[in-house]
Amino acid sequence: MARSIVPVSTRSGSSAAALVVVLILGALAAVVSRADVGSGFVGSDWAAIRFTVWQAFLSALISIVLAVPVARALARRRFAGRAVLVTLLGAPFILPVIVAVLGLLAVFGRSGWVNAVLAAIGLPEVSIYGLHGVVLAHVFFNLPLATRLLLQGWQAIPAEQFRLAAQIGLTPWALFRTLEWPLLRQVLPGAAALIFVICLTSFAVALTLGGGPRATTVELAIYQAFRFDFDLGRAALLSVAQLVMAGAAAIAALWILPTIGMGAGQDRPVLRWDAQGGLQRLHDTVVIGGAALFLLLPLGAVVLRGGGGLRLMPSSVWESALLSLGVSVVSVVALLALALPMAAWIATRRSGAVEVIGVLGLSASPLMIGTGWFILINPVMDPSGVALPVTALVNALMALPFALRILVPRLRDTIQDFGQLSTTLGLQGWPLWRWVLLPRLRPQIGFAAGLTGALSIGDLGVIALFADMERATLPLQMYRLMGAYQMQAAAGAALLLLVMALGIFWVCDRGGRWHAEA
Amino acid sequence: MKALALAATTTLAATAAAADTPELVVYTYDSFVSDWGPGPQIEKAFEEVCACDLKFVGNGDGAALLARLKLEGARTDADLVLGLDTSLIAAARETGLFAETDVNAVYALPIEWTDSTFAPYDWGYFAFVHNTDLTPPANFRALGESDLKVVIQDPRSSTPGLGLLMWVKDAYGTEAPAIWEGLADNIVTVTKGWSEAYGLFLEGEADMVLSYTTSPAYHIIAEEDDTKAAAVFDEGHYMQIEVVGRLAGADQPELAARFMQFMVSDVAQSILPTTNWMYPAVMPTNGLPKGFEALVKPENARLVETDRVPALRDEALAEWLAALSR
Repeated sequence: MARSIVPVSTRSGSSAAALVVVLILGALAAVVSRADVGSGFVGSDWAAIRFTVWQAFLSALISIVLAVPVARALARRRFAGRAVLVTLLGAPFILPVIVAVLGLLAVFGRSGWVNAVLAAIGLPEVSIYGLHGVVLAHVFFNLPLATRLLLQGWQAIPAEQFRLAAQIGLTPWALFRTLEWPLLRQVLPGAAALIFVICLTSFAVALTLGGGPRATTVELAIYQAFRFDFDLGRAALLSVAQLVMAGAAAIAALWILPTIGMGAGQDRPVLRWDAQGGLQRLHDTVVIGGAALFLLLPLGAVVLRGGGGLRLMPSSVWESALLSLGVSVVSVVALLALALPMAAWIATRRSGAVEVIGVLGLSASPLMIGTGWFILINPVMDPSGVALPVTALVNALMALPFALRILVPRLRDTIQDFGQLSTTLGLQGWPLWRWVLLPRLRPQIGFAAGLTGALSIGDLGVIALFADMERATLPLQMYRLMGAYQMQAAAGAALLLLVMALGIFWVCDRGGRWHAEA
Repeated sequence: MKALALAATTTLAATAAAADTPELVVYTYDSFVSDWGPGPQIEKAFEEVCACDLKFVGNGDGAALLARLKLEGARTDADLVLGLDTSLIAAARETGLFAETDVNAVYALPIEWTDSTFAPYDWGYFAFVHNTDLTPPANFRALGESDLKVVIQDPRSSTPGLGLLMWVKDAYGTEAPAIWEGLADNIVTVTKGWSEAYGLFLEGEADMVLSYTTSPAYHIIAEEDDTKAAAVFDEGHYMQIEVVGRLAGADQPELAARFMQFMVSDVAQSILPTTNWMYPAVMPTNGLPKGFEALVKPENARLVETDRVPALRDEALAEWLAALSR
């Protein structure tokens, strides 16, 4: 196996993984250290756990089931605006919760567009509030992510294989079985696990669209323990429950991930000769059109609402925007410093067990990490002095599992395909990265960096705990505006946030695919 | 590590430069320090008279403030905490971090203020805000029987949500669970905080939203929009009184005491109504700003004594969860 031959250092990878574990468990230990004797689980906690797992399971399942046809259609079609659409696919995922919820409500809410149409044709009103609303919102957030992860996988199939398939005249079904199914088997479990974990930590979406306390998630119970009861013991216990649920999901998913190679190609642009039939064309058009409508209508509502608010924004919003940009850049650097060595470490191993460590960062409650580090930093220095570095680091932690999922499969293939050659040539350390790994990983690095940057721009997370008056990131500033009745200015800030997040995503993503066809 | 070290150096340098003017640190909630909040004007006005540097540190809402204070304990940098309300006072006093202060003021509150640790700076009544084209119900029973849709905040994560909980409990006692069961089908959804709920209401998701009787003043004065009103309920309205308190371990105890007195002064009290959109705790010499006269005035003010809040809160929360989780 490549593992024994390839000279990729595992030391930096294991150090990065250790750092991640320390950051999370350190915070947890700090919270526990300050806890009085906490109460155990109560009945309502079990109800919260059941609801949390069930909605996360449904959200993940529906997201990936829908993502397969969308990604497939996007992978085999070329049309004007495709690149823009693929970029916009990143948008829902990075929107601050409140912005996305208001966007969704403009379409699906009681006085939303859907109900306006239903009323016009004499049909009864549909309500978005309930479990289906929670799942709808989570699919809105995560369908694009799943689609992008799958699309990334599709693009990893070398162009030569599609050419060959076309030459020997494989039927669509045979093509699916030989080329696409192995790919899906490799990408789907990981994508599903990621989405499951994201939905586990949902709080405001679940509460608002769930329609009431029935929709209590574990994250809300954690929030309640910290803010309402100040019961640190219970908060820590619930945080552990969340980590265990996410860890179990990640282990289950990575367990069934088969290690397969796609075979080496020359990284030519993928051109497709299959699926030219009219019926398939129609099918793909409907799928892409439907997905685009579902994702773009709520975004359109955000843009419409924000347009008028832009000129009402005080100058402090622009200062916050600049600050958020800075945090985002630092997050991207921190992410790459953590993710690349970890990905290399994971890619040279047979099992993906280490990747579970990456998932921890996402499944840990931001409030728990924030509080824990607040407790640790406070005796040494003023926590607001390190608000920005801490925020950047936590954002990088949250993006780590995505980055690993994006980087590892490609890196594994590259090492398998080029490992022996590199060893023969005596390439190792930095030259190996410089000449072999980084050039072939460029699209994946761009995607991961873009996702991290965008995620970081929209994150409210820990900054709320550390912030002071002078330093407010853009999402925090937006909340402050809303708190002061400035809903219109807040809508403007939300639009700015959307544009900036998309801008960062686009720059990184395009940068990665420069001179390489999407 | 470098970033940490750099941040530490910057903090040290800033501290050295400001060494000659004393710094007064006030922890408060986020919307207080926003550009449209009272923070900037209060800061300017107090710095004109105090020869000091007043620094507001914004932190979530009232509950978040208290949680932060508990985390920091006696080591906190804060000299004062501004923005706790009457339902948090008991828990705040229990920390033992606050010092008593003499604040001289003739309060314009519907109740008598006797607390010697915390001084009220503004107050309001919780109320359901609606559009004026709607005839509001007269009480919780009528609301429960109507098919009106309301948005409320979760009492576990928001101060108004907690206020509503205490309102129903105080008005109905053992009948409170029945009231909540009646309201269950009227509640469109429950949000994390006030901003989300008010945003949903403005988007037309509900006929009414839990807010304050003073909320329409914002629309009247700042937007010249008189289509919003607050419904008067005949059970009376639960009050929220926002208070400021001084920490026993304050670096600047005298300055802190001066700030508390300043918060009930004419200058500060004239700023609050049109920035925090609440009633002033002390009537300013020029009276209330124009527009406030249009607001409804509940006849019966309700408030649970601060010491009774924690026990009553837990009981009411259990009832609320049981009624709405069905």
